[in-house]
Amino acid sequence: MAINYNCKNNEHQFARRSFLGGMLTGATAVVGGLGAFTAPQAYAKLNRDQKRIVVFNMHGGLSQLESWDPKPGTDTGGPTRAIATSVPGIHIADTLPHTAKQMHNLCLVRSVNTKNGDHGKGRYMMLTGRAQTPAADYPEIGAVAAKTLNPPQTSLPGHIRITPGGSGGRGNDSAYLGPKYASISLDGGKPPQNTTLPKTVTAAGDEQRNQFRQFANTGFLERRRTAMTDAFTYSYEQAEQLMRQRDIFDITKESEKDTARYGSHDFGRHCLLARRLLENNISFVQVSHSNYDTHNENFNFHLEQLEEFDSPFATFVGDLADRGMLESTLIVVLSEFGRTPRINDRYGRDHWGNAWSVALGGCGVTNGASFGATNENGTKVVDGEIDHRHLFHTYLSAVGVDPTGSFDIGGRDMLRADPEGHAIKEILV
Amino acid sequence: MLDTPVGRDIKQAHVTHQWKHDRPLIECRIDPLGRYVFASAEDNSIQRWAFSDEVKTPLIAHESWVFAIEHSLDGNWTVTAGGDGRLIWWETASAEPKPVRTIDAHHGWIRSLAVSPDGKTLASAGNDKVIQLWNIQDGTPLGELHGHERHIYCVRFHPTDSNVLLSGDIMASLKQWDVSKQAVTREFDCKPLHSYNTGQKVDFGGVRAIAVSPDGKYLAAGGLHKASNPLGSVHEPLDLMFDWESQKLLQSCVAEKIRSVIWRQLFIDDTTVMAVSGGTGGGLLHFWSPTATKEIHQFKLPKHARDMDLHPDGIQVATTHSDSILRITKLAPKTA
Repeated sequence: MAINYNCKNNEHQFARRSFLGGMLTGATAVVGGLGAFTAPQAYAKLNRDQKRIVVFNMHGGLSQLESWDPKPGTDTGGPTRAIATSVPGIHIADTLPHTAKQMHNLCLVRSVNTKNGDHGKGRYMMLTGRAQTPAADYPEIGAVAAKTLNPPQTSLPGHIRITPGGSGGRGNDSAYLGPKYASISLDGGKPPQNTTLPKTVTAAGDEQRNQFRQFANTGFLERRRTAMTDAFTYSYEQAEQLMRQRDIFDITKESEKDTARYGSHDFGRHCLLARRLLENNISFVQVSHSNYDTHNENFNFHLEQLEEFDSPFATFVGDLADRGMLESTLIVVLSEFGRTPRINDRYGRDHWGNAWSVALGGCGVTNGASFGATNENGTKVVDGEIDHRHLFHTYLSAVGVDPTGSFDIGGRDMLRADPEGHAIKEILV
Repeated sequence: MLDTPVGRDIKQAHVTHQWKHDRPLIECRIDPLGRYVFASAEDNSIQRWAFSDEVKTPLIAHESWVFAIEHSLDGNWTVTAGGDGRLIWWETASAEPKPVRTIDAHHGWIRSLAVSPDGKTLASAGNDKVIQLWNIQDGTPLGELHGHERHIYCVRFHPTDSNVLLSGDIMASLKQWDVSKQAVTREFDCKPLHSYNTGQKVDFGGVRAIAVSPDGKYLAAGGLHKASNPLGSVHEPLDLMFDWESQKLLQSCVAEKIRSVIWRQLFIDDTTVMAVSGGTGGGLLHFWSPTATKEIHQFKLPKHARDMDLHPDGIQVATTHSDSILRITKLAPKTA
């Protein structure tokens, strides 16, 4: 298959699972090597300069009233109370006592109005910064981060999702940026699929196989080098490095003390894994926490879910601060939408996108602050109304990526963020 | 032994009064002398209605919803508790009720209160997993019971033995305590009342309601089962009936195709449980028996029900509802 190298539009044509699926086959050509880029000196510089994003996706629709914007004593407040935080004047829900102590490292946006109450559309809006339309597909923030933040010479994937369950593999979330930037799922917090040698293959045999592949590939590329072959090369090289650096995904390498601090439940382990990945310069990590779609017994379920979320998340934020990583890591806690101020007959709250909250923190934003406001009982935004587009611009701006810039996709400029939005300048530093 | 009141006929149940508040109602209790019904509301208040003249009087002091209301057996004291973790004592019949005593009792929500049959001890329990014991007359702490590992949903004393306390939690652990020894003596197997949804990653259900028959022969543990979609309220009520002595499960009482949960239940005689359920299936009074395989009777209430209590006359039932109305239902034929 001959493809114009200069058009640079081949990456998205790879099959979705080509990267990991090809990890162990070793059947096609490869060229060059990435060893030079994994040298300690290069890593040290990466550590210092590389920006990262970590997203906590509160799956199902976190209630803003039970988290970042409580309204105690009002007709919508429910039994949830407000507690003081480490920042005088900022109160959050009593469901988050540990997080409250990290408020000086966080920045609340309490004026989100996405005008959407659909799970799928909401998820798309919040992760791509665009409305979902049949006409076009846009890359998620993780793919954009991998594309813009991952140093070109890095051997590690730049887009990792940690989910409670699933079958693993790569996501279909990079749109025109191509599969190189699609997420790799660490389902259940386990290392990527197919990153160990089969028992029938020895290390020496694998080395021989790689050498032959490189030999064949070099010969091939002398005659027919294309973007496709380069992307294949990258995939094999990345896979090989991933296998060599598999320990990066293994939290059993963390100390017993840290394991205990984060807790033994899934979300605690996933937060610790996220820290480990970020420390190893993964550009983007998304941690999912499920489930907040509480049409029934909203308060009971939020108590349970946020009790599980609160301590590990606060530990994570504190650790990043202690390690100096907040200066280079943007934290985002988002959801597909919020939940209705109205409490239904079953003590539930339903879908609500008209007045809710997102929490940011760390790199590039004003920590210890809140932006925007809802009215007394949280039924509408009264100050600083923004939506998914503004948030997406803000995420990129916070990590030093110009959201008004574009990607060159096959000679066509594709804007990084929706041009109808803009960054929330008031919270950027 | 509890005698059936003259004139009671559960199959003739009908609503006689609807008392309106301006916010949805949560819990309710009728004082032991049958003068008032107290109901908590989503505005953090408790509303007191007098049976005599239907006058409504507010009790204002809590800083969160009130999830539990109990009375001293002499009727002098009303104790309330809720999401603020506080116990508040009120004079039951005061013209303008004010807090007489406030205790920051628990860390987090207090979900349930119980009064011992000798009238001396108040038990409180909730999200901090601790059961606390108090002198109901003066609020003196009497001890703590530790053993639950998750949120406690319900506490009840045995109807005739003040040294026996029962408690149930979200994981459907139902413990029997020796109060004086502050130790667990037995556990009832209520696993069908708990579910874990692997897709939604949530624990759900638990022991929501406990009742022991007046003659001490049966224990009922209520809640829900068939929780295929906990977050979406797809589940059905379930009441487990045990033989007290042997702990053998006698009946699994269900109301099929009714999407709701049992919020409270009590024995109206030695062999009949009355339970209130609420959910997308609306509000219902269920009548079950540990000796019958099928539901004896079911009375549909006009709206979603959230709690229930029986008047000392054994005939009038108060129920709280999400439409802000407190309803009085008579378990008797309509009179002209």
